[in-house]
Amino acid sequence: MLSIRGLNYEVETEHGTLGILKNIDLDIETGRFVVITGPNGGGKTSLAKAIMGLVPATAESMTYNGTDIAGLDVTERAKLGISYGFQQPPRFKGMLVTDLLSIAAGRELTDGECCAFLTQVGLCTSDYQGREIDAGLSGGELKRIEIASLLARNASLMIFDEPEAGIDLWSFARLTETFRELHENSESTLIIISHQERIIRLSDEIILISGGEVTMSGPTEEIFPKIMNATVPGCAFLEDRK
Amino acid sequence: MNEIEKNLLAQVADLHEIPIGAYNIRRDGEAAGRNSTANIEITSKTDKPGIDIRIKPGTKNESVHIPVIITQSGYGETVYNDFFVGKDADVLIVAGCGIHNSGCDTSQHDGIHAFYLEEGARVRYVEKHYGEGDGTGGRIMNPTTLIYMQKNSYIELETVQIRGVDSTLRITHVEADEGCEVVITERLMTHGKQIADSEMEVDLNGADSRARITSRSVAQDESVQVFRPRVVGNAKCFGHVQCDTIIMGNAKVSSVPEIAANNVEAQLVHEAAIGRIAGDQLLKLMTLGLSKEEAEERIISGFLK
Ligand SMILES: Nc1ncnc2c1ncn2[C@@H]1O[C@H](COP(=O)(O)OP(=O)(O)OP(=O)(O)O)[C@@H](O)[C@H]1O
Ligand SMILES: [Mg+2]
Repeated sequence: MLSIRGLNYEVETEHGTLGILKNIDLDIETGRFVVITGPNGGGKTSLAKAIMGLVPATAESMTYNGTDIAGLDVTERAKLGISYGFQQPPRFKGMLVTDLLSIAAGRELTDGECCAFLTQVGLCTSDYQGREIDAGLSGGELKRIEIASLLARNASLMIFDEPEAGIDLWSFARLTETFRELHENSESTLIIISHQERIIRLSDEIILISGGEVTMSGPTEEIFPKIMNATVPGCAFLEDRK
Repeated sequence: MNEIEKNLLAQVADLHEIPIGAYNIRRDGEAAGRNSTANIEITSKTDKPGIDIRIKPGTKNESVHIPVIITQSGYGETVYNDFFVGKDADVLIVAGCGIHNSGCDTSQHDGIHAFYLEEGARVRYVEKHYGEGDGTGGRIMNPTTLIYMQKNSYIELETVQIRGVDSTLRITHVEADEGCEVVITERLMTHGKQIADSEMEVDLNGADSRARITSRSVAQDESVQVFRPRVVGNAKCFGHVQCDTIIMGNAKVSSVPEIAANNVEAQLVHEAAIGRIAGDQLLKLMTLGLSKEEAEERIISGFLK
């Protein structure tokens, strides 16, 4: 179980201090499939990064399976079973796809094992195993390799940041199936940041984040209809002129 | 051979036993083993230190190993090796120099290698430089590589210097005739107070000649690196130069690729980049359970592979 109380994340800008996450409380039970959604710029990525320890957020308390993780660095949190798939994954000159998957798994993977992970994200193995994770990969390919790295890591908490972004229709169908299977067959907790109805519908719970705050949360069957009915406010300037 | 010598050979030529094919092992200036084959003849020069390697036309799938090792502190030498590669031969040449210096005097190897490729010859040339030993004496290697290519010949030059060389001045000069192809990949890592300087010129003199130069390096600590790869297009040709460096600590790197065209049909491109390891690369590997130091090591070893 992941439990967070009073999480704040602020950054200093030229216009002063900017609050990105404001007093967030969150409880996510082990084995749940939770979707975090909300408008662009709402704070979803920031929240995921705060859980992984990638940004210097502060919290009254942050525990994972009873362990206080607030003071732990990224590596230590990773070793406790937290993983995060980047919204914009980095490229590595010279590193092969198989190298990255092996680092993720914590041991040298066989070709067959790499193949299994790549297939789950809709990549044909023989084409990608020996490829470098550099500028030669397309955005969608890079993104899917990033997702495969989380599958290879097989952590007890997997956070995927917009796994659907930039991915073609066919691979997206394969990917949703992968998430469904993952939820069904493993004990891992899944947090998926997503804007996609097909992914949201698979989830047990929805957390809506907007303006750095949790504005709604609860079981999917309850929250989903409300989200679908809400309209996003437009530009205040234009609204005023109506 | 003692353990130190065996290890040096393994480092510079991947040799764990006596190689198959032609070879010449030079140890502290003396011949420590030589073998010629029916197609590849190795003879000592009579006017200066070094050897001549003659590869018969049409020789295929054969290799030549010519490692040099130095274990005497204070030993210095300049060696001239000439390779004559016959028409349509296709061979692998592995050179390399390992210095073990446990004394306080400078050990130095200056190797001047000249390659004469006849029409249609194909050569893959691998050269590794490696230094070790806990002495205070310097380990210096200054390789000069001269390559003269006749029509439709091909050379792939792979140079690697990963550890322990205090100072290196590397000079490479290639003259390529019609239809020739030159592929050069350089891998270099410096640390401590090491200095590495690489000067390279590839002259594309013949129509449809091609050159690709890729240099990847990592400069750590207080080390200094200078790269000056230059491609000159004197005919309808294609040339591409790419230098990529990861800079760390207080290192200094200067990367000056140059392209020069003396013909309207020369097509030449250069790219150069110097930068530190990107923060999100480190963070990504840390989310996979590596420490910051382990992440750095993986990024560097992948980059230099
Ligand atoms: N380091 C930073 N400096 C300044 N502003 C920041 C910084 N990090 C995040 N922000 C701002 O915080 C807000 C939340 O960003 P975040 O990336 O968490 O949004 P998001 O909900 O993931 O959006 P999206 O749906 O577009 O991915 C945005 O307005 C963003 O511009
Ligand atoms: Mg985001």
